[in-house]
Amino acid sequence: MNAPEGRWTTQQRNRDERLARARAALGDALDGKIVAPTHIVELLHQVLEPGDRVCLEGNNQKQADFLGKALTRLDPTRINNLHMLLSVLSLPEHLDVFEKGIGARLDFSFSGPQAGRLAKLAQSGKLNIGAIHTYLELFARYFVDLTPRVALVAAEMADREGNLYTGPNTEDTPAIVEATAFKSGIVIAQVNRIVDKLPRVDIPSGWVEYVVQSPTPYYIEPLFTRDPALISEIQVLMAMMAIKGIYAEYEVERLNHGIGFDTAAIELLLPTYAASLGLKGKIARHWALNPHPALIPAIEAGFVESVHSFGSELGMENYIRARPDVFFTGPDGSMRSNRAFSQAAGHYACDMFIGSTLQIDLQGNSSTATLGRIAGFGGAPNMGADARGRRHPSAAWLKAGEQARAGRNMIPRGQKLVVQMVETFREHMAPAFVERLDAWQLAEQAGMAIPPVMIYGDDVTHILTEEGIANLLLCRGEEEREQAIRGVAGYTPVGLGRDKRMVENLRDRGIIRRPEDLGIDKRLATRDLLAAKNMKGLVRASGGLYDPPKRFRNW
Amino acid sequence: METLQFRFEQGSRPLAGMAQLVGVVGSGNLEVLIEPASLGGACEIEVRTAAVGFGATWQAVMTDFHERWGLADARICINDMGATPAVVSLRLDQAAETLTGGTP
Repeated sequence: MNAPEGRWTTQQRNRDERLARARAALGDALDGKIVAPTHIVELLHQVLEPGDRVCLEGNNQKQADFLGKALTRLDPTRINNLHMLLSVLSLPEHLDVFEKGIGARLDFSFSGPQAGRLAKLAQSGKLNIGAIHTYLELFARYFVDLTPRVALVAAEMADREGNLYTGPNTEDTPAIVEATAFKSGIVIAQVNRIVDKLPRVDIPSGWVEYVVQSPTPYYIEPLFTRDPALISEIQVLMAMMAIKGIYAEYEVERLNHGIGFDTAAIELLLPTYAASLGLKGKIARHWALNPHPALIPAIEAGFVESVHSFGSELGMENYIRARPDVFFTGPDGSMRSNRAFSQAAGHYACDMFIGSTLQIDLQGNSSTATLGRIAGFGGAPNMGADARGRRHPSAAWLKAGEQARAGRNMIPRGQKLVVQMVETFREHMAPAFVERLDAWQLAEQAGMAIPPVMIYGDDVTHILTEEGIANLLLCRGEEEREQAIRGVAGYTPVGLGRDKRMVENLRDRGIIRRPEDLGIDKRLATRDLLAAKNMKGLVRASGGLYDPPKRFRNW
Repeated sequence: METLQFRFEQGSRPLAGMAQLVGVVGSGNLEVLIEPASLGGACEIEVRTAAVGFGATWQAVMTDFHERWGLADARICINDMGATPAVVSLRLDQAAETLTGGTP
């Protein structure tokens, strides 16, 4: 009863103070919610306070680059010690903030192109990494202990009220805005255009405080475009093994693919090789996947019934618009993506994840961390992990669970298929199989509590290389598991260190299967099996609807 | 450039048909010429490779190839431009499948 007035409203009152400061400082440069681009730095000076948690929207694809650049122009004597939250750290500005002493602490998911510089800054002490997360994990923390005070997001268009259209590349925006707006934070959106009427409203104006029209459209990366011309015959062979030895074997209907050429080869073999095995309608029907251009031939062949996407892909807009039975689109016709929902879909509603990696150790732990680079995880760990909370059955999930539990006194349950697909040697003859992951050394250098492992060995069910498929579900004991991995590790030192007799025994028991054990004729492993052999082939398959970005137009 | 010679005695599978060339000479790739030859039941393989210092790996790849196929009276010439063991094995298997009409 005697609580001081406002004890429970400090965040709201602080927010009101920030907005009042901005109103006073900006004057005519603020028209309702619309801020003049010339005054963006001034706005940030007024609404930010030292030590704030600031979420800067940088996704796999679209980037709030105008707002990110504005952050680097702040006066570090006024605004400093910011705690930056980024799902993807991909632009130089994202790190300039720390170099200039404006930011101090970082929590993130993926750093891709900036991984080397990030490692250097972390070592020099200019940047203190809280933790590396998966996307879903970072979003989750926005609602628990990392709620942003200010969020800087990107949208395609705004109307004069401040409603936002995020369109095909909605990506992370809903998760970020929801966490910020409903906890007395401030949302600032950069938009490509301000219009009178939006195609549809993706974020309502009540959740957005300021809108600024960026002088240039936001940066967007075509991250999921793979030119079929670069797919090798080894990748074709591995794709044949995947389709016959795993997709058909487990009747995998719902799945997620990684982004590499290995899985692009599988996508391009669905309408040819998989169709010839009579698998249409039986496998690969429902996807949690970005709109991969390499999936076009399979969609056109009627293999694919639905695709929900984390984000969009440049050039796929018109194709998606013309295929609303397959993709999730709004009443306006354009796609709506949502990274949080698609990650949840990939985790709980898919029976299989298959993707590539850089290093696999003898327990099957898989990591993309290499020395001197802090690359992060992105979404792979949520896709490539058994969903322990899953309860609904499916043929693939039940069969994997049965294999893992055969001969053991355990209550029946299913298991997700998690397949790591690698050539035994990467480029420059770097072995993909190692005794000890580089992740250990990286953890020591960067002072991490644990080595950054992308997919833990106990979640991996199959390892597929050009030499064969190792089914880890059927292994009993650590020794069998190690020999199964060595048995597909080819001529790497790990592979050469195999116990040949034990490997032959594993092969007799079907734990290791070679292409010939699967009835695969290697003579068919040629690029002729690809449903599209180059970018032009993809455009043709789409009936001219796919419009590849310039750098992929090589004809 | 490095040239390596391998000879495996007492093969059991003779080749049928004409000399065959598979693969292409390009970065990360190789070409394999395979032909019947009177070698007293042996299989001879000559490797000319652009990547120096991988003799032990070649030895392992060739030994496994011979264990899989056991070719007799066969001469194989390889022009390698830094192919991985995976590509080498695939090309050799393709060549052997073509001239034996079978699988390992």
